[in-house]
Formats: sequence, C-alpha cells, structure tokens
Amino acid sequence: MPVQLKTLIPLFAVFIILFLIARHFLIPDSFGKYGHYRANSIDEIAALPINYAGKAVCIDCHDTEAELLASDAHAGLSCEVCHGPNAKHADDYEIKEYLIKQGTREFCGRCHSLNPARKIEVINQIDIKEHHPEKENCIDCHNPHAVWELKE
Amino acid sequence: MGTKRMNASRRNFLKKSAALAGTILATSALAPFNAIIFAAGEPEDKTKIWYGIGIDIEKCIGCGMCAKACKSENNVPKEPFYYRSWVEQYTIKNDGSINVVSPNGGIDGFTQTVPEEELFKTFFVPKMCNHCAKSPCTQVCPVGATFESPEGITLVDKEYCIGCAYCIQACPYGCRYLHPVTKTADKCTLCYHRITKGLKPACVEVCPTGARIYGDLNDKEGELHKFLKEHNCQVLKPNLNTGSKLFYNGLSAEVR
Ligand code: HEC
Ligand code: HEC
Ligand code: HEC
Ligand code: HEC
Repeated sequence: MPVQLKTLIPLFAVFIILFLIARHFLIPDSFGKYGHYRANSIDEIAALPINYAGKAVCIDCHDTEAELLASDAHAGLSCEVCHGPNAKHADDYEIKEYLIKQGTREFCGRCHSLNPARKIEVINQIDIKEHHPEKENCIDCHNPHAVWELKE
Repeated sequence: MGTKRMNASRRNFLKKSAALAGTILATSALAPFNAIIFAAGEPEDKTKIWYGIGIDIEKCIGCGMCAKACKSENNVPKEPFYYRSWVEQYTIKNDGSINVVSPNGGIDGFTQTVPEEELFKTFFVPKMCNHCAKSPCTQVCPVGATFESPEGITLVDKEYCIGCAYCIQACPYGCRYLHPVTKTADKCTLCYHRITKGLKPACVEVCPTGARIYGDLNDKEGELHKFLKEHNCQVLKPNLNTGSKLFYNGLSAEVR
C-alpha cells in the first residue's frame, strides 16, 4: 500500500466518524418519517390556536339570534363575518372587547354596494348613498339578523 | 437494389408504428382518462384524505371578507404586500385593455371606477395557495423546510426554514411571502390548525355566498367532487403542470 494512503485512511476515517456524529445530533428526531422534512412540524402547525370559533359554536349560546338569522336572507352568513373573530369570547363570554357590532353604510356596503362585477342573482345591491338616506345607518331600519324585519 | 431497401425499411417503419400505436392504445385503456387526476396528479394513498379547494367565481361578490379573515386567523402582518389569501378585480374594457386591481388585497372592499358603458366585463378572482400536487416551491427548498403533508397540503416548517426565499421565487402563483418578523417563508396552510379540529378554514367560514369550498378529492361522494362534477372547472396556469388542486369555476382566460 502506498505510504500516502496509510496516513490518509485514518484521517478520512476520523472525518467520516465526526461527520456521522455531527449528523446524528443535527438531524431532528422526526426528520424523514414521511418524507424529506420534519414530521413533528405538522403537529406544531396543527396545534396553533384558532381565532374564529365557527358558527356552530356561536349558535350554542345565542339561539335567539341564530333563529332570526336562519329565518331570513342572511341565513348563509357566518356570525363572525359581522362580529369579527371571537374564539376568545366563545371560550369565556365575559370577554367582549373583540366583538364588533357594525351596521354602518360602509360596512353593509362591502357586500351590498353597486358593483358590476357582482351578479344580481347572487347578491342584491343598492346605492349605499341614495338608498333611504333619511336614516344614517343601515341597521336603523334593517335588523342585521333578519334583514326584512324593518324598524320604522 | 435501391427500391428493395426502401421497401424493407418502409415495412419496418410501418410495423414499428403499428406496434407503438397499439401499445399507446393498450396503456390508455389501463389508466382511463380522469379529469381531476389529469389536473392534479395522483394521490399517494387513495384511502386517505387528500385535500383540494374549489372557488366559484360566479358567486364571488368581492367583499374581501376571506382575505380579512385570513389575516386575523393566521396573524399575518397587517401591512399591505403580506397575504396568504387575497382577492383581485379584473376589469376588461371595450377597447380590450385589461386592468387588475387588488387594493390592500381586497381587505377593505372594492369600488368600480370605470363607467358602465365602457365595460366589457368585470369579475373578482380570489387567490390563495393552490396546494399543488407537484409543487414547484417544495422542490427548490434546500433544507427540507417546506413540504407537502400526507393530506396534500403544502406547509412550511418555521423552525427549519432558513429564509432563503427560493420558494417565494419558485411559486408561479405568488402565494408566498417572507414574514418580516420571523424572516421565514410563510403561506396559506388551508388553516391546517382548523381543519384538523373539524372546523372550516377561516376564508370558507366567512364567505357569505358559499363561493369557496374545500374537501377531500378522494371522497367520491364529497362536496368537492359534486362541485367538480357540476361545473366546468379550470386551474390557474395549467401549462406549468404544477398539479394545482385549486379548481375555479368560471375562470376567464384573462386571469393570470
Ligand atoms: C358560552 C356561551 C357563548 C358563546 C359560545 C358565544 N357567546 Fe356571545 N355572549 C354570551 C353571553 C352570555 C353574552 C351576554 C354577555 C353580557 O351581556 O354580559 C354574549 C354576548 C354577545 C354579543 C353582544 C355583546 C354586547 O356587547 O352586547 C355578541 C355580538 C355575541 N355575544 C356574539 C357572539 C359570537 C359571534 C359568538 C361565536 C363566536 C358567540 N357570541 C359565542 C355567550 C356566548
Ligand atoms: C350581517 C351581519 C351580522 C351577522 C351575520 C350576525 N350579526 Fe349579530 N349583530 C349584528 C349587528 C350590526 C348587531 C348590532 C345590532 C344593534 O346594535 O342594534 C348585532 C348584534 C348581535 C348581538 C347583540 C344583540 C343585542 O341585543 O345587543 C348578538 C348576541 C349577536 N348579534 C349575535 C349574533 C350571532 C350568534 C350571529 C350568528 C348566528 C350573528 N349575530 C350574526 C350583525 C350581524
Ligand atoms: C358578508 C357580506 C354581507 C354583509 C356584510 C351584509 N350582507 Fe346582506 N346579504 C348578503 C347575502 C349573501 C345576502 C343574500 C343574497 C340576496 O338575497 O341578495 C344578503 C341579503 C340581504 C338583504 C335581502 C335582499 C333580498 O333581496 O332579499 C338585505 C335587505 C340585506 N342583506 C341587508 C344587509 C344589511 C342592512 C347589512 C348590514 C348590517 C348587510 N346586509 C350586510 C351578504 C351580506
Ligand atoms: C330608512 C330605512 C332604510 C335604511 C336606512 C336602509 N334600508 Fe334597505 N330597504 C329599506 C326598505 C323599506 C326596503 C324595501 C325596498 C325599497 O324600498 O327599496 C329596503 C331594501 C333593501 C334591499 C333590497 C333591495 C331590493 O331591490 O330588493 C337591500 C339589499 C337593502 N335594503 C340594503 C340596505 C343597506 C345595505 C343599507 C345601508 C346602506 C340599507 N338598506 C339602509 C329601508 C332601509
């Protein structure tokens, strides 16, 4: 065997062993379980907290509003479209500071203002400036939950 | 001599062509054409959940509630340019010009400024991660920090990401951004933390017209299959063969 190899082989062996040791400690436990990634990261993402509780949860406690909503044109809307993300309130109903209660012309107009890209079969639109300007807010007339229950 | 050789080679050519045509015909009978598979490639395991998304452009009213809910649910930075989900309004005028706007991702709603008589057509296109079956973005990651989960959802491992932004460049749909605080790539997870708890993704939850649906592509009785069966759906940039699993109904050819 050439003399260079004799000195190089142990050196290489040391390098390879060091590399394997370093690799063992650097690669996270679950890496490669399903593929070329850390399988545990899936569980970490799944464990993130939620902010929207979902309509089914709101309905549990607010059956009056739920019934009203289901009875009219807004039946398809989720509570949290208008009231904002409220998982905190659903966990503890004393927490009310994140509840939004908007019934302004601007807010309802996000869906109902005239826009040629909105199909009339899908949503009925009005000119939010011209439509019954005698009252300031939409909810001064329309009940936000049962929209055809008009207050006079 | 010359004619003889030519005849021999012609016969060979015809034989080989016939054999080739026969093989193609036989293999095509083995794997019948399937519209969904055609678009998205095949799931690894047909017995497990494999998520896809459907968006009905005809039903979208451009309220931008989805884009807004996405930011609230996933704590996406509030300033513009950081979006996991956003809405675009396309305006095509009679003179043929196409204008695409997305003011703050549609989060504050839309107003149409072009007068009606100049309009050829106008519509909204909600955009989000296509959760491709052959994701270009996961292929370029040098460290294995972005990947496709067994359910067919493209995710990012925040701990492992080095913030090189290759994946952001690679996504042909522009669905990724570099998080300004963590300096890691961030994107739509189809609200993985919600759907694993049995809740709908935030954007689906708040959509007032039911324009968005999500579901299991392996479930032949599922809502998504029904949607794909009843509508003529198309994916974005099919020529790129990304295997996109986001199916649009009523997608106009102008949409990029
Ligand atoms: C655990 C039962 C419970 C759940 C779940 C719940 N709420 Fe409530 N909520 C209450 C109670 C009780 C009140 C009345 C609190 C009070 O007046 O002090 C209330 C009050 C409200 C109010 C009125 C607040 C005000 O300022 O008057 C709104 C709006 C509301 N809830 C919306 C929601 C929405 C949206 C959800 C779903 C995310 C929800 N709630 C889920 C119990 C619940
Ligand atoms: C279209 C938007 C919209 C939707 C959808 C909606 N709300 Fe409301 N809600 C409002 C507005 C606006 C008010 C404030 C009404 C007022 O101040 O008169 C309100 C008020 C309330 C209140 C307080 C009532 C009171 O007497 O103070 C409760 C509780 C409530 N909503 C629960 C719900 C629940 C539960 C749902 C889902 C089933 C729901 N809302 C869906 C817009 C909405
Ligand atoms: C997130 C979008 C959204 C918001 C916000 C919203 N609506 Fe609606 N609204 C709808 C949809 C969807 C329908 C059902 C489609 C239809 O019938 O036009 C509807 C129906 C209605 C109708 C009945 C129209 C009809 O033809 O029967 C009225 C009235 C109405 N909404 C008033 C309001 C008022 C007032 C507000 C503000 C408190 C409001 N809406 C906020 C989406 C919305
Ligand atoms: C002064 C009371 C009043 C106010 C304020 C009001 N509405 Fe109405 N709205 C009505 C009445 C009454 C109708 C029945 C049809 C009509 O008179 O236009 C109606 C009809 C509608 C319709 C159905 C239109 C149609 O063609 O069938 C929609 C949608 C609507 N309102 C939304 C709104 C929105 C959004 C706002 C806030 C910008 C609002 N309304 C404010 C009283 C009011």
